[in-house]
Amino acid sequence: MNDVAALPALLPALPEIVLAVGAMVLLMLGAFRGEHTAVAVNWLAIVLLVAAGVITLWLPGGTLVTFGGSFIVDPFARFLKLLALTGSAAAILMSFDYLAVEKQQKFEYPILILLSTTGMLMLISAADLIALYLGLELMSLALYVVAAINRDSTRSSEAGLKYFILGALSSGMLLYGASLVYGFTGTVTFTGIAKAASPDSIGLILGLVFLFAGFCFKVSAVPFHMWTPDVYEGAPTPITAFFAAAPKVAGIAMFVRTTIVAFPGIVPQWQQIVVFVSIASMALGAFAAIGQRNIKRLLAYSSIGHMGFALIGLAAASSDGVEGVLIYMAIYLAMTLGTFAVVLAMRRGGQMVEGIGDLSGLAHTNPTMAFFLAMLLFSLAGIPPLAGFFAKFYVFLAAIKAGLFALAVIGVVTSVVGAYYYLTIVKIMYFEEPAKPFAPMAIELKIVLAVTGLFNLLFFVYPGPLIAAATTAAKSLF
Amino acid sequence: MLNWPILSVIVFLPLAGALLIAALPSQGEAEARNVRWIALWVTLVTFAITLILTWRFDPKSADFQFEEKYRWLEGAIVYHMGVDGISLPFVVLTTGLMPICIVASWTAIQKRVKEYMIAFLVLETLMVGTFTALDLVLFYLFFEGGLIPMFLIIGVWGGPRRVYASFKFFLYTLLGSVLMLLAIMSLYWDAGTTDIPTLLHHGFPLGLQKWAWLAFFASFAVKMPMWPVHTWLPDAHVEAPTAGSVILAAILLKMGGYGFLRFSLPMFPAASHDFAPLVFTLSIVAIIYTSLVALVQEDMKKLIAYSSVAHMGFVTMGIFAATTQGVAGGIFQMISHGVVSGALFLCVGVIYDRMHTREIAAYGGLVNRMPFYAVAFMIFTLANVALPGTSGFIGEFLTLIGTFRVNTAVATFATIGTILSAAYALWLYRRIIYGVLDKPALAAILDLNYREIITLGPLAVLAIVLGFFPQPVLDLSAASVAQLLDGYTHALGTAHTTALLLR
Repeated sequence: MNDVAALPALLPALPEIVLAVGAMVLLMLGAFRGEHTAVAVNWLAIVLLVAAGVITLWLPGGTLVTFGGSFIVDPFARFLKLLALTGSAAAILMSFDYLAVEKQQKFEYPILILLSTTGMLMLISAADLIALYLGLELMSLALYVVAAINRDSTRSSEAGLKYFILGALSSGMLLYGASLVYGFTGTVTFTGIAKAASPDSIGLILGLVFLFAGFCFKVSAVPFHMWTPDVYEGAPTPITAFFAAAPKVAGIAMFVRTTIVAFPGIVPQWQQIVVFVSIASMALGAFAAIGQRNIKRLLAYSSIGHMGFALIGLAAASSDGVEGVLIYMAIYLAMTLGTFAVVLAMRRGGQMVEGIGDLSGLAHTNPTMAFFLAMLLFSLAGIPPLAGFFAKFYVFLAAIKAGLFALAVIGVVTSVVGAYYYLTIVKIMYFEEPAKPFAPMAIELKIVLAVTGLFNLLFFVYPGPLIAAATTAAKSLF
Repeated sequence: MLNWPILSVIVFLPLAGALLIAALPSQGEAEARNVRWIALWVTLVTFAITLILTWRFDPKSADFQFEEKYRWLEGAIVYHMGVDGISLPFVVLTTGLMPICIVASWTAIQKRVKEYMIAFLVLETLMVGTFTALDLVLFYLFFEGGLIPMFLIIGVWGGPRRVYASFKFFLYTLLGSVLMLLAIMSLYWDAGTTDIPTLLHHGFPLGLQKWAWLAFFASFAVKMPMWPVHTWLPDAHVEAPTAGSVILAAILLKMGGYGFLRFSLPMFPAASHDFAPLVFTLSIVAIIYTSLVALVQEDMKKLIAYSSVAHMGFVTMGIFAATTQGVAGGIFQMISHGVVSGALFLCVGVIYDRMHTREIAAYGGLVNRMPFYAVAFMIFTLANVALPGTSGFIGEFLTLIGTFRVNTAVATFATIGTILSAAYALWLYRRIIYGVLDKPALAAILDLNYREIITLGPLAVLAIVLGFFPQPVLDLSAASVAQLLDGYTHALGTAHTTALLLR
């Protein structure tokens, strides 16, 4: 009796609690003090995210479990939580200038990002299907609103509505899958499912397929990727930057943890699905991006492709593979944030421009920015010695070890196709005649670009810490 | 042994120079001058250090020398550098040609001088790194990293169709290399390390050898380039600026040959033996077909580019003949071709800078106004034709002997190629240099200036000296080649016995 009444240990969930309570306090602040608090709320939101990061690092090491086993903090969760927090904090930081110039300063914006981030952290730590769904919905609902935050713009509203309808559909599928899995295994905890799962149970496999449909939607993997280009294009650019970074990390976290922890007994059954999704995403990402002229749409397809590459690691179904996924996500996050810092700086005559042709001759008008962007693009294409190469290196290494040769070969070939459109942007910046220069870049964007750019350039010098952290994190799932 | 990391210094000194140039403040004309001088001094000092390295190198030992090892990725992949008799000649060639390239670009490059020199210095780091890396992943990093500066060099400072050429160059090479990357990973899982000296003695199972050989071949054949994947080369050569063509022909192509020698032959001996007929066939086609194609070219650079493909055919043929003469000849031919084709591109650059056209028909009778130029061009043309007394002869002759011992038919066909090469090269010479100088545009053309004499002179001397005294280069690599072939025949012997036992 005492056990039921006793409060569960709250310490492992402290980062989430800090974020949730902080978000509500900020909401009060904004609601009572009015719109002019927006800037302060922005800064406070960043402080909260940093604090959550510090707490995540400060929590006692090893694996902590609470809430009756629904919530788990292991090295895997720590690694991805730090990534998600970094992504969110950078997204808020990068939006300052945009919101000020576009007169879009709303205090709800950082608060929604905080709530969404809380959802991500829960998602990353979820150890059963119910906690997973709670985290997922908290994350997604905030994302739907934030996509449509520019209510006077039809494009933004359209993006939000599209995202909401498709997202709700996919959540429904995921929930249906979860109920099937529960029905055929009798439990919702991942470890319990792992014990009960048998490859002969058709119902369980069906549930798995529905679960995967939901996961694929969240990480924007083919065939559930359709929303991505429209939402990326329609949403205000800093929000696109946010979408491209942190939610992807959380989505991959849930994909990996659920698959690896709950279904280790039926690897052949899910491996073929992941292989297909991975190949389809890489191929679509590579081919569909070629024709894009809008940089946000192009980056949407690029992110679809990158999710395909990250999933190669999952398809390997091994500790090496998960390590590859983690390294991939860390490097992907840096590359994406850096690229979006440039996209956010594409402002000419008081207007945001989004065509890749607008970058024409950037190497003349702003050599530093052009250089960093070029290096990020080469890195996205996976050219050594840049960080993006190592990201691909580790996932392919795992795939080769697992004997997935066809997947690896198709993967590298699509990476060559993908290199084409990244090169096109480099070509526009370096080989073409300069267009009118952009307005000066805001200092926050410069900082983000410099940090991510240098990380990307110099990763090869000292890759040890990140790789060691990813190894530890990956081991904790096995 | 040395107590300072001489190889790392050679590799990273140019990079340091590039950073120094990047840090210079922009100040117009004076800046361009400073940039040129810094680049020149950096490359000269690098070359000087390479000479010290060569002097201290012990040619009697077949082992890797000047080794450096530092922990890098997860312990399994290390920063491991070293040179042996096979890689050292290429290092010398690279560092030796760089100052010449910088001088050749002195006045030809007027826009974005700073970026140009940075790209060249970074490229030098990556090229030397490719030849000195003793870890497969490290090798791949340098090998592929070179694509970025070369892409920019062709694309920014190239001719009218530079965009097409640079994309073709980049994507072609990348496609070949990513397959090699997968093979590298397979080797890693099989052997548990990517350390090249360890892998050389690992003895991979036959099945893996075959796949890995094909994957490595995909990369090196594109780089070399071998027929039928050579089509990027003429485009890249034609559009690249002069110094870019020189580097491309003289060094980047050699990475393919170096790869065959460093990886394919010693690591996959059985597969190399099995696939040798394929290589022979492709080499023969390259030698004869591309020589014929060269005959009909209208553009000088294109003609020399096709002749490069043909000459590389001799190299692949010699290497896969796997005889002492063949392999040593292959190495020598690569060095000689590096000097000669580099010089030929410089020669084209000389008249291109004056007339801004590379069309053969636009020239004729240059000997009347440009006697020095005619002499220099003659030396390199004859070396390209492999006239006895020039470096080209030694290389082609050795590869032909080496191949003759293994396969008479192949050697016979290849010899036809040497006749064809004389045909296109001498005809080119006749059309440009001889005849009456009747084109009005050429009436005021000037002979070589001092700067051009400085760039062409050393190469001309080298082409002739190596023709008479090839011994230094051959001695440098002799021990390593002998060890390579010992290992190769030994491995084949074992494989043969196993096959018999299994039967």
